[in-house]
Amino acid sequence: MRLFPRFLNGAGQLYVGLVLAFLYLPIFIMVLMSFNASPFYQLPIDWSAGWYTALAGNSQLIAATWNSVTIALTTTAIATLLGTAASLALYRYRFRGKKLLQALLFPPIAIPWLITGTAMLIFFFAVGIGRGLHAILLGHVALALPYVIVVVSARLQTFAPELEEAARSLGASQWQVTRRVTLPWIAPGVIAGALFAFAVSFDQFVVSYFLSTPGQTTLPVEIYAAIRKGFTPEINAVSTIIIVLSMTLMLLTARYFRFGGEK
Amino acid sequence: MAEVTVHGVSRFFGSHAALQDVSIDFPDGGFYGLLGPSGSGKTTLLRMIAGFDFPDAGAIAIGGEDVAALPVQRRRIGMVFQNYALFPNMSVFDNIAFGLSVRGVARKETRDRVEKAVDLVQLSGLGARRPHQLSGGQRQRVALARAIVTRPQVLLLDEPLSALDKSLRVGMQIELKRIQREVGITTIFVTHDQEEALTMSDRIGILRDGRLEQEGPPAEIYDNPASEFAATFLGDANIFRGTVDGNTIHLADGTCLHCREALPPGTRAACAVRPERIMIRSTAGPVEAAAMNSLPARITKRIFAGNSITYLLNWQGETLKAFAQNTGTTPFDEGAAVTLHWAVESTIPLS
Repeated sequence: MRLFPRFLNGAGQLYVGLVLAFLYLPIFIMVLMSFNASPFYQLPIDWSAGWYTALAGNSQLIAATWNSVTIALTTTAIATLLGTAASLALYRYRFRGKKLLQALLFPPIAIPWLITGTAMLIFFFAVGIGRGLHAILLGHVALALPYVIVVVSARLQTFAPELEEAARSLGASQWQVTRRVTLPWIAPGVIAGALFAFAVSFDQFVVSYFLSTPGQTTLPVEIYAAIRKGFTPEINAVSTIIIVLSMTLMLLTARYFRFGGEK
Repeated sequence: MAEVTVHGVSRFFGSHAALQDVSIDFPDGGFYGLLGPSGSGKTTLLRMIAGFDFPDAGAIAIGGEDVAALPVQRRRIGMVFQNYALFPNMSVFDNIAFGLSVRGVARKETRDRVEKAVDLVQLSGLGARRPHQLSGGQRQRVALARAIVTRPQVLLLDEPLSALDKSLRVGMQIELKRIQREVGITTIFVTHDQEEALTMSDRIGILRDGRLEQEGPPAEIYDNPASEFAATFLGDANIFRGTVDGNTIHLADGTCLHCREALPPGTRAACAVRPERIMIRSTAGPVEAAAMNSLPARITKRIFAGNSITYLLNWQGETLKAFAQNTGTTPFDEGAAVTLHWAVESTIPLS
């Protein structure tokens, strides 16, 4: 009885350790190298914050970062708002074509971004939207929306419809019902959906690459362009900053919302 | 407070009629029990009075005002749901105060009114708890306080006691009735539990397949069921079928049963006898006086329940039921041949 679980325990720990190593070792090395004065990854590390000072002077990379942050936050706001509203509508109302609409929400998640990006590029050109930051924003919102709807709808499945009825019987308007009863319950789902939307936009390379114009682009596209020209450890520096910021954001969110569970 | 009138209400789900031409007056300040098996339309009717559903035909009025155009939130109702539907993200206090807060009642008045409601349902000291920290009975009280704190015109109860266990349920029946009397609010109570309907209601309406089968005060319906369904659904009944001749029903085996009222002659009809009205005598015992019906039967099963004994009897291959008080006399044995006696007055003709 003891031997088997113990063996499993050891193997399990090794497994978890390996997963963590594969996930975090490359990131850890990147962070280390951002503080190495040598641009050729020479060891031992010659500690320096030089790449960060260089980064401060790299206006192109900083502009791209701001573009990425702005687009990701705007995408998050729009996609979360629209997606939550859509989930509520799908939950509350019956209407013609609802099943079809729900079924059609899933394929975009599975369609490769390369194909979606090409399609968007062609379509945006045809209807006169063209390329640029506005086109990237539009594309990102479209990509993020299904994620928000899927996550929020999953949370809504656990919501008891009598709660809305009870609130209405007590005199609450539709808006009061939503704000005071429904939203508090689905909040963890909305937050999770927002994180998905942010990640889809902030990580987005393919669609952004298709829709950006040479001067105006997002960070992933800019990093890709910079690497093609020749790698500079400034990339390590900007990546480190982003890793720190996004991990802080994730940990804070995880601290306040247990996903799938109650607050 | 207000009376509620339902007039000629029908509701169809596809081709299925959930309610058909139902008319009921729910008297002002009364406690009305809507009784029926599942699928009888009782919950549909309650939901239409609340405003969660709308009739396809007919009209509903609360306090004399037609409510067809009034959405739920403007009907001034209080409702207690089967599973209580307490808001899980709010404390007990906030749950009860919800109806006041959405109406913009001032903070101090809110606190006073919540406190009064909490006292009424005897829940003092639990205001800060969350619903999941309460027992079933406490949740029930919170749901009730929340429903009446807004001083609604009518209180709607959708099987509110069905989630409680038996002993708690009996206690809550008395409580609910006390609170209803104290507040004096028109109350409509949906249940499939006939005992609950009998003990709590001033009036009972029995629904069956979307139609109102019978209506009246509990004792009146119990003593004068109009149909076989009403007789068997509200309480227990032994049903005898035969051919009518004036006051008499001729059973298939030739026995004559005298009913207390005449039935339309020549037709096939039935009569009902409540099990507690039947007296069991050993066949050798003294013959009962006139104005009695009697039948020979054999005891097939004796069920001891402490204060009473239920006998299942075999008569002509049919199972009859008789209740006897546990008065200390020697009970009859299973297999014993006995004679059943009951008064003509207890023989209820059914249409």
